[in-house]
Amino acid sequence: MTTHRVSAFLAPRRRLQVAGLLTAPVAWLGLVYVVALAALLITAFWTVDGLTGQVQIQWTTENVVEVFTEALYRTVTLRTLGIAAAVTVIDVIVAIPVAFFMAKVANPRARHLLVIAVLAPLWASYLVKVYAWRALLSADGLIGWAGAPLGLDTPGYGIAGVILTLSYLWLPYVIMPIYAGFDRVPDRLLEASADLGARGGVTLMAVVMPMIKPAIIAGSIFAFCLSLGDYITVGIVGGTTQMLGNLVYTNVGAANNLPLAAAISLIPIGIIFLYLAAVRRTGALRSL
Amino acid sequence: MQLGPVTRAVLGVVTTVTLALIYLPLFVVLLNSFSTSESLSWPPPGFTLEWWGRALHSTGALEALGTSVVVALAASTVALVLGTLAAMALSRYEFFGKEAVNLLIVLPIALPGIVTGIALNNAFRTMMGVQLSIWTLIIAHATFCIVTVYNNAFARLSASGTRLEDASMDLGAGLFTTFRLVTFPRLKSALVAGGLLAFALSFDEIIVTTFTAGNGVTTLPLWILQNMFRPSQAPVVAVIAVILVVVSVVPIAIAQRLTAKDAATVSR
Repeated sequence: MTTHRVSAFLAPRRRLQVAGLLTAPVAWLGLVYVVALAALLITAFWTVDGLTGQVQIQWTTENVVEVFTEALYRTVTLRTLGIAAAVTVIDVIVAIPVAFFMAKVANPRARHLLVIAVLAPLWASYLVKVYAWRALLSADGLIGWAGAPLGLDTPGYGIAGVILTLSYLWLPYVIMPIYAGFDRVPDRLLEASADLGARGGVTLMAVVMPMIKPAIIAGSIFAFCLSLGDYITVGIVGGTTQMLGNLVYTNVGAANNLPLAAAISLIPIGIIFLYLAAVRRTGALRSL
Repeated sequence: MQLGPVTRAVLGVVTTVTLALIYLPLFVVLLNSFSTSESLSWPPPGFTLEWWGRALHSTGALEALGTSVVVALAASTVALVLGTLAAMALSRYEFFGKEAVNLLIVLPIALPGIVTGIALNNAFRTMMGVQLSIWTLIIAHATFCIVTVYNNAFARLSASGTRLEDASMDLGAGLFTTFRLVTFPRLKSALVAGGLLAFALSFDEIIVTTFTAGNGVTTLPLWILQNMFRPSQAPVVAVIAVILVVVSVVPIAIAQRLTAKDAATVSR
C-alpha cells in the first residue's frame, strides 16, 4: 500500500503537508497570473515603435509620467472613482434592509425562495442586462414612458445611466455576502440584547453592525472593483462618458499602444491595492 | 430581535420593491422576445413567436452555448481542485505568508477584468509565443474562478472544526483516508455551491474572454456581443437570455438545498 506509506510518512510532517497542498494553487496563480501581471507592469516602462507599431524594449518613464501628469487621466480617474463610489454606496444602502429581511424576518421557506430570486438574475447574461437598461433608458423606453405622466424624463445615456446600470448589475453580489453576514448573527444574541433592555435600534447598532461589518465591506469590494474596471457598460449606456477601462481599451485596440495601456492600468491597480490594504484588517477578504 | 409590526412591514416592502426592480429589466427582455419591434421600444407594438423559432434554429447561438459550457466546465474543474487544496492549507495550517496566499487568490477577481485580460493576452502571445485558443481561454477563466471555490470551501472548513478529523486520525486512519471519509463528505455541498458559482462566473465572463479566446472560439457572451446590435438578431438574443434565466433556477435551487441541509448538520 503506497498511499498508506505516503500517509504515514506525511502524518507527523505538517510543513510538508502545507507544501503539498499549496504547491499546485500557488504555482498556478504565480506562473499564470503574477508573472503576467508583472510583465504588464514592466511593459509600462517600454515604448512603441512609431513606424511599425511594435513594442520596443527601450526603457522610458514617458508613459507613466504622461499618465500621472496629463489632465485627461486625472479627470477620468476622478470620474471613475466617483461612479464606483456612488455605485458602492447605493448598493450597500439597498442591500442592507433586503439582506436583513431575508436573514432575520422571512420564514425559512420564504428565505430559500428569496435567495433563489436574488441569485437567478446573475445567470441572465451581463450583456443582455446592460442592453435591457439601454432600452429602459432610451428616449422611447419604459422609464420615459412611465415617467411622462409624472413629468419625469429618462436620465438618458450618461453618467447617471452608468451609475444606475452598474448598481443594478452588482446588487446581487452585494446582497449575498451581507445576507450571509446577518445569517451568521445568532438569534440568541439578539434576544439577549432585547432581554437586557436594548431597543431594536440599539441592538442593531451595538450588536449587529459590528458583527456584519466585514460582510458589508466584502460586498463593497465587489461593487467597487467591478465598477472601477468596467468599460462595456459605459460604452452601451454611457453616451460619450469615458472611464479608465475605456482608456485602457482604446490604447490596446485602436491605438495599439500596449505600454501606454499598461501605464494607465497602474491607476486602477493602485486604487484597488489601497482599498484592499485599507480593509484587510477587518477580515473582509475572508467573507467575499 | 424584537421588531415592531411596522418595521417588519417596511422591511418587507423594501425587499419586495427591490426584487421587483431587479426583475423589471428581465421582464422587459422577456416581453421583447415576443415583440414585433426589433429595437427594444416601449410599449411593444405587437407580439410574435418568430424570434423563439429562430433562436431554436440558430446554429451560431447553439454552438456558442456549447463552447461556453465546455469552457465553464473545464475552468470550474481546475478551480475546484486548486481552490480546495488552497482552502485546506489556509484553514487547517499556520504558516508564514498566509495573508499573501489569500491575496493571491483574491487578486484575479479584484483587479479589473481588462487588466487581467491584457496581462494574460500579453503573457500568452508575446512572452510564451502561444497562439490564443480554447485552452488559453480555459486557463484564464480557471484563474479567476479559484476564489469562489476557495471561499466556499474555506468557510465550511473553518465552521466544521477539526475534532472529527483528529478523532479519525487518532483511531488510526491515515491522512488520505481521513480526507476521503471524514473531511470530503462534509465539504461536498460547499464544493457544489462554489463550483456552481465558478461555472456561472466563467459562463458569463466577457472582458477577459475578449482578450484570451482564440480566433474562431466564440463563447455565448462573445456571440451576444456580436449580435446584440444587429437589428434582426437583437430579439433572438433576448430569447437566449430568457432561456438562461429560467434554466438557471434549477442548479441554484439544488445548491441552496444542499448548503442549507449541510449547514444545519454542521452547526448541530
